[in-house]
Amino acid sequence: MKKATGQLCGSRQTAEFYVNPADGTAILDHNHHSLKDLPWDIPVSGTIYGTALNYKGALAALGESVNEPPYQAPPKAPILYIKPANTIISCGMPIPLPEDITEVEIGAALGIVIGRTAVRVDEEQAESYIAGYTVVNDVSIPHESVYRPAVMQKCRDGFCPVGPWVIDRKAVTNPDDLNVRVFINGELKQSNNTNNLIRPVSRLISDVTEFMTLNAGDVLLVGVPENAPLAKKGDIVRIEIDEVGVLENHIASEKELVKEAVR
Amino acid sequence: MKRARVAYAGAIHHAVEFNGRLKLNDGRMVSENEVVWLPPIEPRTVFALGLNYADHANELAFKAPTEPVVFLKGPNTFVGHNAQTRRPSDVAYMHYECELAVVIGKKARNVKREEAYNYVEGYTVANDYALRDYLENYYRPNLRVKNRDTCTPIGPWLVDAEDVPDPMNLTLRTYVNGKITQEGTTSDMIFSIPDLIEYLSGFMTLDKGDVILTGTPKGSIDTAVGDEVVTEIEGIGRLVNTIVSDEAFSIAGSET
Repeated sequence: MKKATGQLCGSRQTAEFYVNPADGTAILDHNHHSLKDLPWDIPVSGTIYGTALNYKGALAALGESVNEPPYQAPPKAPILYIKPANTIISCGMPIPLPEDITEVEIGAALGIVIGRTAVRVDEEQAESYIAGYTVVNDVSIPHESVYRPAVMQKCRDGFCPVGPWVIDRKAVTNPDDLNVRVFINGELKQSNNTNNLIRPVSRLISDVTEFMTLNAGDVLLVGVPENAPLAKKGDIVRIEIDEVGVLENHIASEKELVKEAVR
Repeated sequence: MKRARVAYAGAIHHAVEFNGRLKLNDGRMVSENEVVWLPPIEPRTVFALGLNYADHANELAFKAPTEPVVFLKGPNTFVGHNAQTRRPSDVAYMHYECELAVVIGKKARNVKREEAYNYVEGYTVANDYALRDYLENYYRPNLRVKNRDTCTPIGPWLVDAEDVPDPMNLTLRTYVNGKITQEGTTSDMIFSIPDLIEYLSGFMTLDKGDVILTGTPKGSIDTAVGDEVVTEIEGIGRLVNTIVSDEAFSIAGSET
C-alpha cells in the first residue's frame, strides 16, 4: 500500500489514504474501500497544463509533415495547452458527450502535481518540486491538425477527469518508467510506457518553468501516447498507471446529463 | 462604477474610483500612486483571440480567419497596472497588444448573440505581449509566446458593463514612451463581443470571472528594455507597464 492524498465530496479537509494503485482500493480510517465506494472529489486545485507531442510515437505519427506547411519544422520547445476549469471532473463522474459528436479520444496522461512554486528549475532539482502524481484523462474530440490551439476539441465541459488521488512522489519508483494502459468496457485498448517520453518528467519541468511559473497544486501532464483509443456513449473508460492509480469514468450523452441535472 | 483590486497597508482590498482617488472597501481614501495595483479580477479561465482585427491579420500576412483563433492563458502571466514585464535578452521582437478585455458576469452556455451582453459584467484593458522569436507552428501561438510570467498586464479598472453603452465603438491607443504607436477601434473586430460569447458558450460553459481578450488592431511594434508602454481604451482605462531586462530577475550579468 502507498500513501496518497485526495478530496472526498462533503469535506474541505484533505483526506489521507493508503492505497493500492493497481486495483484502486483505499484504506481510510482503517476501513478498506473499493474504488467505487468512495465519493471522490477533484484531488488537485490549480491550473492543468497539457503537453502535446511528448511521446516519441505521437511525434513520429506526424511523419514528414513536420517539415511541411503549416508546421515547417519539428517542434523545439514544449507545446503546451490548458485544460480549463469547466473541463475538470472527478473519478466516477460521467464524461459528457456533446450532442453532435459520436466518439471522443481518450488521452491517458500521467499528471505531475506541483508541490511548491517552481520558477526556472534545474533538471537536477526538478523532483523536489513535485508533490506527487495523479491519473488524468485528457479527452479530446479527434482532430488531425495541431497547427492552431484545439480549444474547441479539448475544452468541452467534463473533458478532463482527474484522480482518484494524488500519490506521494516518494511512493513512485521512477516516473519515467511507468506502464500506462487504457481499458474500454474491460478490454485493453492501449498500452504504452512513460519511458517513451521525448522530455522525461524532470526535463519537462525544467523546460516549462524556464518561461512560466508552476504553482503548488498545478498539474503538468506529461503527454498522451499515440493511437489514442476512441470511446462512445455508454462506454466505461479506465486508465491505469503503474504505481499511481486507476481512473474510471463513463461516457454519457451531454443532453441527457443536463436534462437530469447531474452536473 | 470603476472597481479595482489593490494592495495597501499590508492587505489586499477591493476599491472603487472616487473623484480621481481610490475608496477602499474599508472606507479609507487613498491616491492612485499609494497602492500596488493588482489585476482587477482573479484570473480563472482566460481566453485570448489571435488575428481578430482585419488590419492586424493583414499586417502579419494572414488572411482574416473564418473561425475565431482562440487560445488560453494561465494565472501566472497576469500582472496589474504599473507593473514590470520581463524582456528576455535573447529575443529580437517583443511587441505589445492593446486589447479590450471582456469579463463574464454569470454562467453562460449556448448563449445567442442577441442575449450575449446580459452575460457581461464589465470591461478592462489588457496588454497581451507576444515574443515572436518563440513562435512555432504547433498550437500556435503557444504558451512560450503568450503565457510567460509578467507578460499580460491587465487593469487598472474593471468598468461596469452598464457604464459602457457601446463597447464595439471604442478607440484603442498604445503609447511607447509617450509617443502614439498604435491606434484602432473596437468596431474593426472581425468577431464581435456577442459573436465571441455565442461561439465559446456554444461548446463550453463560461463562468463568472472568465475573461475574453478580444484581440488587437494593427500597429504592434518592438519594445525595448526601459520602455514605458501605455495601452489605453476610451472610457475603460489607461494601463501603464514598463519593460525590464533579465538583469532585474537576476538572470544574466548579475552573478553574486
